[in-house]
Amino acid sequence: MEFFDNLALGFSTALLVQNVVYCFVGVLLGTMVGVLPGIGPTATVAMLLPITFNFEPVTALIMLAGIYYGAQYGGSTTAILINLPGESSAAVTALDGHEMARQGRAGPALAAAAIGSFIAGTVATVVLAVAAPPLARVALKFGPAEYFSLVLLGLIVSIALARGSALKALAMIALGVLLGTVGQDIYTGTPRFVFDRRELYGGIDFVSVAVGMFGVAEILRNLENEQARTAIVSRVKNLWPTREDRRRIVGPILRGTGLGAGLGILPGGGHVLASFTSYAVEKRVSKRQQEFGRGAIEGVAGPESANNAAAQTSFIPLLTLGLPAHPVMALMVGAFIVHGITPGPNVITDEPALFWGLIASMWIGNVLLVVLNLPLIGLWVRMLRIPYQVLFPMIVLFAAIGTYSLGFNAYDVYAIVFFGILGYILIKCGCEPAPLLLGFVLGPLLEENLRRALIISRGDASVFLTRPISAALLALAVAALVVAALPAIRKRREIVFTEED
Amino acid sequence: MTRTSGYRAAVRMLAAIGAVALAAACSGNGGTTGGTTGTGQAGGYPDQNITFVVPFSAGGPTDTVTRMIADPMAAKLGGKIVVQNVEGAGGTVGAGEVARAKPDGYTVLMHHIGMSTAPALYQNLGYKPLEDFETVGLVTEVPMTIVARKDFPPATLQDLVTYVKANAGKVTLANAGIGAASHLCGLLFQTAAGVKLQEVPYEGTGPALTDLVGGQVDFMCDQTTNTSGQIAAGEVKAYAVTTPERVKSLPDVPTTAEAGLPDLKVSVWHGLYVPKGTPQDVVQKLSEALKAALADQKVIDQMAKLGTAPVPAENATPQAHRAKLEEQLRTWAKVIADAGVKAS
Repeated sequence: MEFFDNLALGFSTALLVQNVVYCFVGVLLGTMVGVLPGIGPTATVAMLLPITFNFEPVTALIMLAGIYYGAQYGGSTTAILINLPGESSAAVTALDGHEMARQGRAGPALAAAAIGSFIAGTVATVVLAVAAPPLARVALKFGPAEYFSLVLLGLIVSIALARGSALKALAMIALGVLLGTVGQDIYTGTPRFVFDRRELYGGIDFVSVAVGMFGVAEILRNLENEQARTAIVSRVKNLWPTREDRRRIVGPILRGTGLGAGLGILPGGGHVLASFTSYAVEKRVSKRQQEFGRGAIEGVAGPESANNAAAQTSFIPLLTLGLPAHPVMALMVGAFIVHGITPGPNVITDEPALFWGLIASMWIGNVLLVVLNLPLIGLWVRMLRIPYQVLFPMIVLFAAIGTYSLGFNAYDVYAIVFFGILGYILIKCGCEPAPLLLGFVLGPLLEENLRRALIISRGDASVFLTRPISAALLALAVAALVVAALPAIRKRREIVFTEED
Repeated sequence: MTRTSGYRAAVRMLAAIGAVALAAACSGNGGTTGGTTGTGQAGGYPDQNITFVVPFSAGGPTDTVTRMIADPMAAKLGGKIVVQNVEGAGGTVGAGEVARAKPDGYTVLMHHIGMSTAPALYQNLGYKPLEDFETVGLVTEVPMTIVARKDFPPATLQDLVTYVKANAGKVTLANAGIGAASHLCGLLFQTAAGVKLQEVPYEGTGPALTDLVGGQVDFMCDQTTNTSGQIAAGEVKAYAVTTPERVKSLPDVPTTAEAGLPDLKVSVWHGLYVPKGTPQDVVQKLSEALKAALADQKVIDQMAKLGTAPVPAENATPQAHRAKLEEQLRTWAKVIADAGVKAS
């Protein structure tokens, strides 16, 4: 019954008044920065880290963790309402979520996201409590070769993100991968595609690309169309999911939770893959494939659940091994150190109250998030009634401020303009931004792990096939490619996926 | 009617969000710390906010150290200090920005060992450490450790040298990227051991340490702040610390000198800089404030938790800092040229 003793210890720690208060502050701040385009959890945690130096260690970590998963939660809101994803995971939510909003179904979309996130968060907390240490050991089996194969599989699967032509989706993925190579090569330090601008050495900022390709391009497209301009939303139909909606989201939420919880454990970027792997899976198993990209609620519920589950389980390597899986986690390692706790495998035995308290606080945080977010849905939906003359400039203004505040780099703002125009042109050509964005996010991971695996193996490419996990993932990738390319299926795609505009 | 009120509520809400966004943007990554404004000292400096530029990401070791000393320094100076992170290209973006800043003492750079290695690593650096900056004083020197995956055969540092020489074609040496402290320490190890190894760069220490614990790579050299938890838990094997004295939190780990490689001496030293041409009395004031901050018991305690300590007061001076910078520039120019490494 050690497990229940641990859990009791955790809840007795997490339910202390100051811990509940700071958990709430954390998730509230997280929701806010998630909603605001540009300012992400990493910047927020960095900003607040010095303030937490004076807190009890467990309180500090509870708040910082709250900001992280709160932001994952809030990020879906702007994606759904105004097609402005703040993080890569939210880009997937924007696909069907924003379509739903345009059809007046922003309420059910937001509710599906909130409910899915809550269920996923609860399940992931249990996974964390029951199996964290052994899972972390499994995750360590993933070396560069495994990550390469996993990312390759992810890229191929992301073809499913496109509504239209698979070939164009593939081209967009490739373009995204290329954009991801801008900046200094980490292996040789050679600057690539920087045009002698030192500001580009660090690469192009994700937020600039996302805000430009999704938000600004969408605004440009709306402006050319008188009808879309006057009313972004046809009419708000209902605020809450209908019985039919509720029935449709159960499966996606459960599958998304499982996928996300599994991928989140991998410290080398598995959490990045969670949301769109879930989207691809849902699209594949759904009987309503043609609805995906046109406002399918499954396309919101699945990825949002996967994303939140992954956000939670990505704490496993940090808590059990002291190894950060995400820049926010790296900052939390700093928080551990400042509080005199050496991050590492000993935390779980040396600081049981902290370990279990943090885990218990995550569940409490998820409850707080639902309590916080469900009543806000009505308010958010009203935002869509703001006339475009007010709304569009505000979106662009906030996006520019947020992006600039990330690194005080004016190039990040210029990049919004560039990607806004590029995004508009691509939309006009029938190419969609989502696969590009994912190529952009996953490209560097793909290249880095490919080269690292080959460096370690001294150039012997057979490692990808001789390591069993890697080989299995590659086999899956080939299978996915074959399925995508099967003429029969492609023919059906052409019939049902033909672009209307 | 309901339509109008709904619209108003929504506009109000948007405006509120805007206010938060603006506030966040204006305070930037920084957040103002400490001190009172307007109570400037006799010389008039400071009569406005002082910006401390950290050329690395917020939350990293250099950023943490800066934020630790910013508060007590601001109190001593009687002004406000804003910490700003200007990342990129191994710290050279932020350093270049400060080199071109107005030399009035209101833009201060915190930089580490990378200041002395950049000229050898980058061809078009755009600034010269000795000619474009005034040194203010050293801050701290963080020790490093040589660690390996736990099932790596060699038992001692001497064994390690013998082993990597015999297996140079198989052994992998991880680091956190070009110009990172772990990369520099790895270069020094190869020079000291007289061997050339296959290096495996990572983007930052976290992923490198993950692969070391997972047994994907053989060994690396990293700051105690990152490795001591893994060492204590037995997840990695520690061979030596790279400072003249043992590290308090790792009493059983010998120094490189004790373990037979006296040439392998390296620490991640940090110092404060202002642009060349900053008035001497301003530099002096900053240096005095630095000394006061380093003597602050809270700073000493916080640094102890990071596994490091403030430098002795006599090193928190422009002269001692300059001497260190000159010595390190010479050392690294040779090590990096011998290794044939280039960052651009």
